[in-house]
Amino acid sequence: MASFRREASNAPRGANRTMNEEINQPHSEPLDEENEGFTRRGFVKVAIGGVCAAYGVAVGYPIYRYLNSPVEKAEAAAAVKEVNLKDADKLPKGTALVFKFGTHPSLLIHHDDDTWVALDAVCTHLGCTVQYNPQQKQIVCACHGGVYDAKTGENISGPPPKPLTKYVVNVQAGSVTVSRSA
Amino acid sequence: MKIPAKLTDFMVDRLGLDEIFAFAKKKTVPVHKHTFWYYWGGITLFAFIIQVLTGVLLLIYYRPGPDAYESVRQITYDIHFGWLIRSTHNWAANIFLLSAFIHMFSVYFMKAYRQPREFGWWSGVLLLIVGLVFGFSGYLLPMDDLSYFATKIGLEIPNSIPVIGPTIANLFRGGVEVTEYTVQRFFALHAVILPLVFLPLLMFHLYLVQKHGMAVPEAEEEVPVEKRKTMPFFPNFMAKDLAMWLITLNVIAILAALFPWQLGPQADALKPAPAGIHPEWYFMAQFQIMKVMGNVVRGFAGEALGMTLFTLGILLWFIVPLFDMNKQSGRRAKIATYFGLLALGVVLIFTIWGYAAVA
Repeated sequence: MASFRREASNAPRGANRTMNEEINQPHSEPLDEENEGFTRRGFVKVAIGGVCAAYGVAVGYPIYRYLNSPVEKAEAAAAVKEVNLKDADKLPKGTALVFKFGTHPSLLIHHDDDTWVALDAVCTHLGCTVQYNPQQKQIVCACHGGVYDAKTGENISGPPPKPLTKYVVNVQAGSVTVSRSA
Repeated sequence: MKIPAKLTDFMVDRLGLDEIFAFAKKKTVPVHKHTFWYYWGGITLFAFIIQVLTGVLLLIYYRPGPDAYESVRQITYDIHFGWLIRSTHNWAANIFLLSAFIHMFSVYFMKAYRQPREFGWWSGVLLLIVGLVFGFSGYLLPMDDLSYFATKIGLEIPNSIPVIGPTIANLFRGGVEVTEYTVQRFFALHAVILPLVFLPLLMFHLYLVQKHGMAVPEAEEEVPVEKRKTMPFFPNFMAKDLAMWLITLNVIAILAALFPWQLGPQADALKPAPAGIHPEWYFMAQFQIMKVMGNVVRGFAGEALGMTLFTLGILLWFIVPLFDMNKQSGRRAKIATYFGLLALGVVLIFTIWGYAAVA
């Protein structure tokens, strides 16, 4: 139990008898900041500060969670490991299909040589949605002219700094499953 | 946490804060056996501040129009702590009106509407009326069955005004029935138009309180000025004011958490009104008066009579500072007091009667 000590005051002696040996100290003694027991005033200050902080948290936390709700939902959606695309196995050669992987638009491309590729369709430059160009057999971004390889997702020309993320594709009868490569 | 003197000097000099400090130093609050009633205006203000904050938070997810019910359902059941924000908004609305009524009647019986405070009284009565319209317009927004019928019934009141009544009611409704058009315009009213009306009135009201200071009740007026007790507003009264605010916050928090506001089934024009439907307590007296009048005088004339009497009562209430003007009012002061007791009695009796009738 910490000992309280009265700050120097002109209150009558013994007005606040505390259970400590400092009671016998003359009141005129200047207060030293370094004293081990703490003053009543200091204690009250800390207590008020603590109560204010507690109220701040009690009010602030629900408001934060309330505002953050859609963010949490989106993060949960973005965390999906795989997507099953019904009937995507019927995609004609040389064409692409746009689908949602979590929250991201993504491309499923069925190449002429019967290979399947799935890529993230968010441009690594500034986040526009890219498109598959069937004539040039390339993935292009209309915003700043970025070009990607349609088989590897490699950034070929233009401003994109990184390749597009590649997914793993599994083709079954009746559906295509796209999953994270990691 | 020491703020550097340079910064404080800069702020004081550029913003003219010294005048405000001087005013705060000088400002005192009378101390007598009725000092307790001085807190209620502040409590009402605090409840209004909570309404603004929780209202803005609700506005983030609320979708007026055909989606209204679904969006409130999401707020109540899907969004984290949405139920708490919504519940707080509902309970603080009730506390706001309750403390406003207490504030108004205490001001009335202290005769604080007398010269030079007439505008304080007038702005206050207008604020209460706007507050009631806030309550009425907000009630529709969830679009559950209670909202729907409360609005339907409530709009019968302007509807009963002779000649222009139906036109006014139709403009409020945005049609001849309560529909998604009604919700959309009620939302505009509740979240934009009413705040724009309320805030300047509130600023005016608060300015006048600072200008004229607190009124003292008649008994205190007889004490010579030099013998009257006062306390400094800053920090003494302000600390007490803040303590009251904290108590209010706790009361609202407890009510909101333990009695969360419910959401009824979605409004459906083809479903009968739910059994035992009655207005919120702050409209109960009017509702019951109308009902009783309707029984005394059959049909439409009864409603019109109820409306007329009610409007007349509010008008008298409004102009009381012109009737009972100053300390020498004598007989008029007595009449005003009796009128106040009559008004309070009527409100209480009809409210209790109303609840007894639907129980």
